[in-house]
Amino acid sequence: MSASTILAAGGDLPSLGKVPGWLTTASHWWGEHGLLVSLREHVAYTVVAVLVAAMIALPLGLVIGHTGRGVVVVVGLANGIRAVPAFGLLLLLVVTLTPKIHYGEAVSWLVHRGGVPYVVPVEIVLIVLAIPPILTNSYAGVQNVDPAVRDAARGMGMTGGEVLRRVELPIALPLIFSGVRSAVLQVIATATIAAFLPFLGGLGYLIFNGLQQINDPDAGYPAMIGAGIVVAVLAVTSDVLLLGVQRLVVSPGVSGRFRVKAAPSLASLPGKTMEVAPGEP
Amino acid sequence: MNIWDYFRGDQSEILGWLRTTLWLAAVPVVVGLIISLPVGWVASRFRWTYPPLVSVAGLLYTVPSIVLFLVLPGILGTGILDPVNIAVALSIYSVALLVRVVADGFSAVDENLLQAAAAMGYTGAQRVVRVQLPLAVPVIGAGLRVAAVSNVSLVAVASTLGVSQLGSLFTAGYNATVNGSTPILLGLVMFVLVALVFDWVILFGVRLATPWRRAAAAR
Repeated sequence: MSASTILAAGGDLPSLGKVPGWLTTASHWWGEHGLLVSLREHVAYTVVAVLVAAMIALPLGLVIGHTGRGVVVVVGLANGIRAVPAFGLLLLLVVTLTPKIHYGEAVSWLVHRGGVPYVVPVEIVLIVLAIPPILTNSYAGVQNVDPAVRDAARGMGMTGGEVLRRVELPIALPLIFSGVRSAVLQVIATATIAAFLPFLGGLGYLIFNGLQQINDPDAGYPAMIGAGIVVAVLAVTSDVLLLGVQRLVVSPGVSGRFRVKAAPSLASLPGKTMEVAPGEP
Repeated sequence: MNIWDYFRGDQSEILGWLRTTLWLAAVPVVVGLIISLPVGWVASRFRWTYPPLVSVAGLLYTVPSIVLFLVLPGILGTGILDPVNIAVALSIYSVALLVRVVADGFSAVDENLLQAAAAMGYTGAQRVVRVQLPLAVPVIGAGLRVAAVSNVSLVAVASTLGVSQLGSLFTAGYNATVNGSTPILLGLVMFVLVALVFDWVILFGVRLATPWRRAAAAR
């Protein structure tokens, strides 16, 4: 089990030159732990975590930003989580929670046999990680809305809920999207590390499986780097895709791609400032 | 068993891990600052370089840390357990984060102040170092805090590969047959403390470097 003792001995890693060959071998893409299956599992872990986190963090952030209540507690908590290493949190949950889960069957194509006791703590940690960027950015997005715009909406007779839905939310969208994008990147990265645990799929499996036999010219270092490259490509692709969705969803009047001649465009409002704090890769 | 007893029982090894963690998190922030100051200045001085520089930096930031930890040994020729890989990877992330912060900080300095400095006889370089840089310190400091805190928790990721530092407490707890949560909790507490210490040091540094802010507040 102790990979470190094997590793400590040698720097005789197979060279990076073997990676293109590894990536272009068909058998590495198909099969039970092939890249395609691993990629699908990785995407599933990520989508579930980010969706659940968004369902919690987005309404909470919007309401906090709108009412200004609970700011200190929630934002302080969210920033505090940033300082806690995800890997430590994950292992703490595994040590305390996993022995209590006795369901060992596979769950359709998502979870391997025996994987449930590990997938549950992993998903919890991924959700906990994805909440702070979405929460702080949606809160900040609403807070940054120009008070004059908010007052104008009120003056037009909108109720509090209408102001939130029809004025503050659209103006906050760019920041909310940047929060979601950081959350996705962070979840993709952490889901990779989670494969340190047994019975888990995802692209990290190939990395930690390779770590046990790192000097193997096929399943060792080249497989680790190959899978790592796929993780990186997945991260970049997700980011670009979400950026594309952001372009479609954010009103041109807010993003500044549609210039109003007379008045300064909304793009110059503080709502378009950079994201509060990026996630951790 | 409580975490204090665990700490006392294995004190010398844990303190060694603490030292490793401290330098692994601190050195990259310093290296990142040294590299991103000139690059960020270029991005703010020559506006056409801003979009490409910031995009490249953002792209680097999307690469997951474990991938970088694994690729670097192949490029640098180091062993996979060598802490140098971690330091280099975290330096890359720090640069990626700080280039944008430095550029934005420099750009945010009031144009009138720069013109006043020029009128007082400051040359271009003097103006950058003695007027623009000090005024950008609060913004850069905020970026440094984010970089330092995220470096600290990224160091823990290296323990999945077996690089010894405070994250080894997590794997020790995972591999333990009983009371596994004790070392893990100790590790979490120590990581948060390390992050807090870095945060305070940077806040204190920013305060020292911007005495006029206190003077203005006192008036």
